Amino acid sequence: MSLLTPELLGNIGRKSEPRRELVTRRDIRKYAVATGSRQDKYLQGDQAPPMFHVPLFWDVVELDQLSPDGVSIDTLLPKFPLEKAMAGGLKIEYHKPIYPGDWLTATRTLSAIYEKQGRSGPLIFYEVIMDVVDDDGALVIREKTTRILR
Amino acid sequence: MKTAQGAARFDLLQVGDRLPERDFECDNVQLMLYNAALWNGHRIHFDEPYTREVEGYPGLVLAGPLLGDWLHQCVDEWLGEDGRILSIDYSNRVASYVGETLTSGGTVAALRPTNSEADIDVHIKNAEGEVVAPGKVVVRFGEYW
Repeated sequence: MSLLTPELLGNIGRKSEPRRELVTRRDIRKYAVATGSRQDKYLQGDQAPPMFHVPLFWDVVELDQLSPDGVSIDTLLPKFPLEKAMAGGLKIEYHKPIYPGDWLTATRTLSAIYEKQGRSGPLIFYEVIMDVVDDDGALVIREKTTRILR
Repeated sequence: MKTAQGAARFDLLQVGDRLPERDFECDNVQLMLYNAALWNGHRIHFDEPYTREVEGYPGLVLAGPLLGDWLHQCVDEWLGEDGRILSIDYSNRVASYVGETLTSGGTVAALRPTNSEADIDVHIKNAEGEVVAPGKVVVRFGEYW
C-alpha cells in the first residue's frame, strides 16, 4: 500500500514562475562576511562565492505569508501525507562564474516524488531542481535538493 | 582560464592526500547575519526561548546551508588559483548548535588524469568527531574563475 496517490504523483514536473534577480557587490560582501570567508575576491564583492545563489534566490515573501515559526511556505510543493522533515541533501553543479551586475533567472521544478521503507516506517523523498540561467539563457548553476519526510 | 600551474599541481596529487582542516565557531551574531543575508526568518536560528521551549532543541540551530558553504570553502581555499569546483553533493545529517566547535576537512578520493579532475571527500565534524555534514566535491585543475 503506497502513500503516494496518483494525484500526488501528478505534481511531478510542476514548475515555479521564473525569478530574475540582480547580483550586487554589497550582497556578495554581506554573504561572504556572514559565512566567514577568508578570500579577498569574495569579501570585496568582485566575484560571487559558491552557493551565492542560495541567498540570491531565497524566497522573499510578505510577513503574513510566514508561518508562526518564521518559515515561508513553499508553494511548489503539494501537501504530503508525511510532514516531519528529516535531513536532506543538496547537489550543485557550477557551470559559469557569477559577478556583480549579472542578472540571473531561477526556475524550480518538482522533479521527483518517491517512497522508501525506513526502519521505523515509510519515508517520502522529493526532489526539486533549480536551474539558474543568465540573460543569454546559458546555464550558470543547477541545484538539486532532496528532502526526506517521515 | 587554463593555468599550467594548476595542471602541474594535479600531477603531484595522490589519493589519500588530506586537505587543511579549519575550525568554525559560529556565534549568535554570525548566525543572525547569515540568515539575514538569506532573508531566512526561521525562529530556530535566532529565537532561543522558542527554540528550546517549543522545538525542544538544546540551543540555536546552525542553518544547514551554512555548513554546506564551509564544505565549499575547505576545497576552494585548498585549490587557490590552481583549479575550480565543478560540483558538490552533500547532506546535513546531524543538527549543530551555536557554541559548538565544528571542523571542516577533506581527503582526495579519486584522480582522473585524462581531464585533470579529482573527487574530494569532505566533511564537517563536531567536537565528538561525529560527521555532521558529509559530502563529495568534484574539482578540475588547470581551470580557474
